[in-house]
Amino acid sequence: MSDLLKNIVRFAVFILVQVYVLDQIPPLHQYIIPYIYYLFILWLPFSVSRIGLLVIGFFTGLTLDYFTNTPGLHAAACVLIAYIRPFVINVLTPKDPSEFNYREPSPKAMGWTPYLVYVLVLTIFHHVYLTFLEYLDFGGFLHLMIKVVSTTAISMLLIIVTELLFTRKMKYRTNTA
Amino acid sequence: MRNIFRFIRRFFVLLAFLILQAVALWFLFTYNRFHRAKGLGAANEVTGWFNTRYNTFEDFFKMKEENRRLLKLNDSLMNLQRVNFVSSDTDAVVIRDSIPYDTLGHYRMYKWRDAQVVRSTVSSEKNYVQINRGSNQGIRDNMGVFSSDGGLVGQVVNVSANFSQVMSLIHVQNRVSVLVKKTQNAGILSWDGKDPRFLTLLNIPKSDSLVIGDTILTGKYSLSFPPGQMVGTVSEIIPDNSTNFYVLRIKSAANFNDLQQVMVVENLQHEELNQLNKDTEKRVEEAKKTNR
Repeated sequence: MSDLLKNIVRFAVFILVQVYVLDQIPPLHQYIIPYIYYLFILWLPFSVSRIGLLVIGFFTGLTLDYFTNTPGLHAAACVLIAYIRPFVINVLTPKDPSEFNYREPSPKAMGWTPYLVYVLVLTIFHHVYLTFLEYLDFGGFLHLMIKVVSTTAISMLLIIVTELLFTRKMKYRTNTA
Repeated sequence: MRNIFRFIRRFFVLLAFLILQAVALWFLFTYNRFHRAKGLGAANEVTGWFNTRYNTFEDFFKMKEENRRLLKLNDSLMNLQRVNFVSSDTDAVVIRDSIPYDTLGHYRMYKWRDAQVVRSTVSSEKNYVQINRGSNQGIRDNMGVFSSDGGLVGQVVNVSANFSQVMSLIHVQNRVSVLVKKTQNAGILSWDGKDPRFLTLLNIPKSDSLVIGDTILTGKYSLSFPPGQMVGTVSEIIPDNSTNFYVLRIKSAANFNDLQQVMVVENLQHEELNQLNKDTEKRVEEAKKTNR
């Protein structure tokens, strides 16, 4: 499967899972809201340009927004993590992205610890921004902090489970290919 | 000029980031329940299509419960029919006429339509219900929505051609005027964003003697709902020491976790009443000006 087709399928699957599975399950608690759709942005190939990342992030967020009736809320958070993503990757793997042996970020490509740090940092940015925007018209400061922490925890759990369940088969890139 | 181009090229990504952020925030902050969201009308048709697909699948699992509730409601309505009552002095059966106007001056004020819920959430702080009736089927903004067992669900806030969005009671910006059945005192119903089963009722004075289980009905002054429809029952009474009012926790009659069929109620006099309100305001304003 080509990268483009693979990512289009992923986009559809992540949005549908977020809208029809995670948003539909009865709430465990008011602070715990499971989010996973933004993993789509974390899984985009290294080769996507920074502008490309921003545009893809914007439309990913906006698509979810139209399902949840909050135009702009998730779009803003997704644009933020799409903007930060290249910096985090650069810090964690200080080498030229073209020298990567794999096409996209994964535990296999980066190693488990750097990969988890990468996911954690972007998850925190996403949730802090999202909760902050919600907090502007509702809720208190303690509410904000607890919600960020608990939502981050449940998202990390979901992402680790996803990584363990769906190991992405990736070709080792060689010069000959 | 060249410096400007150089500057733009150098900070192109940052500028793109800021522009996209600005667009997203503009979408977010210009959206509220009274103004149409950017592109939401068109997007509503698309999300509605997906939601209908999902709903046909979900219905399969919920049909039994829904049938039971419908039967219960039908049962209670059958009991209200005048055919059941026969006046004792003659043998004539009294039957209520169903045409809009009769010779006694009765007219129809509310019209009920059925609709199916294609999507509803309870996990967010701003929950909406999407139904499969839209402007083509005569749904307009501000119509009231009730669940299949008669409990208040919310109010239509956005309409596209074939689907509508309903702001449900469990939405933190929701404010509905309701009254306590026993004492007929009106209060404001809202939601604290925590448990989707319970709502908060404020402004009921402490002089009312309430007990747990008292019925809460829709208020008399709403343009959207008929008065006296079921809203919920009191589940906890919290005396607020700093004021003369209770804080009541209300268990909602509609089960928001499990909405399948709903009824949309149209106030046929809505236009006229609304117009009267506006005219009154205008007249008062003009009177103020001339007095000055």
